[in-house]
Amino acid sequence: MPSLGIEVLFKGTNFLRLLGGLWVAVRISLISVAISIVLGIAVGMLMTAKRKLLKAVFRIYLEIVRIMPQMVLLFVVYFGTTRVFGWNLNAETAAILVFSFWGTTEMGDLVRGALQSIPAIQHESAQALGMNPLQVYVSVILPQTVRRIIPLSINLITRMVKTTSLVVMIGIVEVLKVAQQIIEANRRVAPNAAFGVFAVVFLLYFLICWPISRLAGYLEKRWS
Amino acid sequence: MAETYLEIRNLYKTFSAKNGSVEALKGVSLSIGKGEIFGVIGLSGAGKSTLVRCMNLLERPDSGDVLLNGESLLALNKEQLRLRRQKIGMIFQHFNLLEQQTVLENVCFPLEIRGIPKKERREKALALLEKVGLAEKAKAYPSQLSGGQKQRVAIARVLANEPDILLCDEATSALDPETTQTILRLLKTIRDSLGITIVVITHEMRVIQQVATRVAVLDGGSVQEEGSVVEIFDHPKSRAAKRLLLIADEEEESYAG
Ligand SMILES: Nc1ncnc2c1ncn2[C@@H]1O[C@H](COP(=O)(O)OP(=O)(O)OP(=O)(O)O)[C@@H](O)[C@H]1O
Ligand SMILES: [Mg+2]
Repeated sequence: MPSLGIEVLFKGTNFLRLLGGLWVAVRISLISVAISIVLGIAVGMLMTAKRKLLKAVFRIYLEIVRIMPQMVLLFVVYFGTTRVFGWNLNAETAAILVFSFWGTTEMGDLVRGALQSIPAIQHESAQALGMNPLQVYVSVILPQTVRRIIPLSINLITRMVKTTSLVVMIGIVEVLKVAQQIIEANRRVAPNAAFGVFAVVFLLYFLICWPISRLAGYLEKRWS
Repeated sequence: MAETYLEIRNLYKTFSAKNGSVEALKGVSLSIGKGEIFGVIGLSGAGKSTLVRCMNLLERPDSGDVLLNGESLLALNKEQLRLRRQKIGMIFQHFNLLEQQTVLENVCFPLEIRGIPKKERREKALALLEKVGLAEKAKAYPSQLSGGQKQRVAIARVLANEPDILLCDEATSALDPETTQTILRLLKTIRDSLGITIVVITHEMRVIQQVATRVAVLDGGSVQEEGSVVEIFDHPKSRAAKRLLLIADEEEESYAG
């Protein structure tokens, strides 16, 4: 059996470096996901407001972000705005900005959809019980919305984790980049390392995303 | 009729939609006595829901007045109205229970909103479930109940606020005839034991016949005829009443045959 080249990962601190790279990717996703959830809930609530102008603005924002590939957004923010506005933006901040920007719209749209799927009669029967608008929102509307949103937002989170691998393109040394470096450094001694090392990277992503998507599936089944 | 409890004065309500406007109420006036079970019947689109929703101002009429015990609801500010609504119970066709909460929690809910201590609200809720005959389902979730049982929970929930009037908008329309009867019987028991006024909105004559003492026939947004149930059944005067009776007869026949 030919060598798969996995052994290069056990040389020196290679495996630790790979995990370090993975942590960079995970850190960017975690921060972006957290920001997206908080802002997304606010945006989603605003999108259900009766203000026509506000709605139109968010609609356009959503469409733009959806149409634009995330990589283009990354380039625009990291290379474009730093030139135009002359500010100093490090790559990781740029990445977090872009992923939060994208995540917020997607999350906002999920929240909007969930809020609107709750029939008006739910508001009314709560009002008829003599509740004030805040009580209606907190005790009746939000608990129902949360159930609808959690499975969907977990899917969004796994998509965000996967998409962070794009940050390589703006020079961030994350797991893929480290993998590449290790492979390059061992080109002579382990020509097959590309297969083994990338397979391990795949496995690492799988180990992160799979439990998350299982959780989504489980919650969906339990709450349906 | 006993002293008037709910008085509706010359209500008008127009909805504007994309394709023109709809006059849902055109000058409706009614007097409903204390402790009475009053029926409002009409075909689909007659304006029944609009009328009953005006009774607790879920819908604000364009003009006219709603007086409860001589006090105008339209004169109340938001907070006063919210508190007043706690004493105007309303039950709906589709129950509107909180699906994520148990039967007991659903009944405790309005008490919690009113800030009643936990132990006290549990006791009260259990007593109410006992009253509607569902004590053994306290720990169940709404999805595990039949339609009739869900409506019983909704009734227990609404009684938790100790209302002095109960508005029922098609409360039995999602139920089969037998279950309808048991719910109507329950409403009667509640009226007898608590002395509260009940307004029953329906499109079915047999509901009126079973539970109400007086009835108003609504059609095209105005009251066509009003009087004792017996009188209207025996001598309907308006076209709308005759039509509703005809429909009831046909249903009876198809039911029997
Ligand atoms: N929010 C609204 N916007 C526009 N039109 C409305 C609205 N609510 C009711 N209407 C219209 O007002 C009329 C009366 O409606 P309402 O719901 O009061 O009738 P109903 O007697 O309760 O009928 P049903 O038996 O079908 O429930 C209908 O023509 C209806 O389309
Ligand atoms: Mg109706």
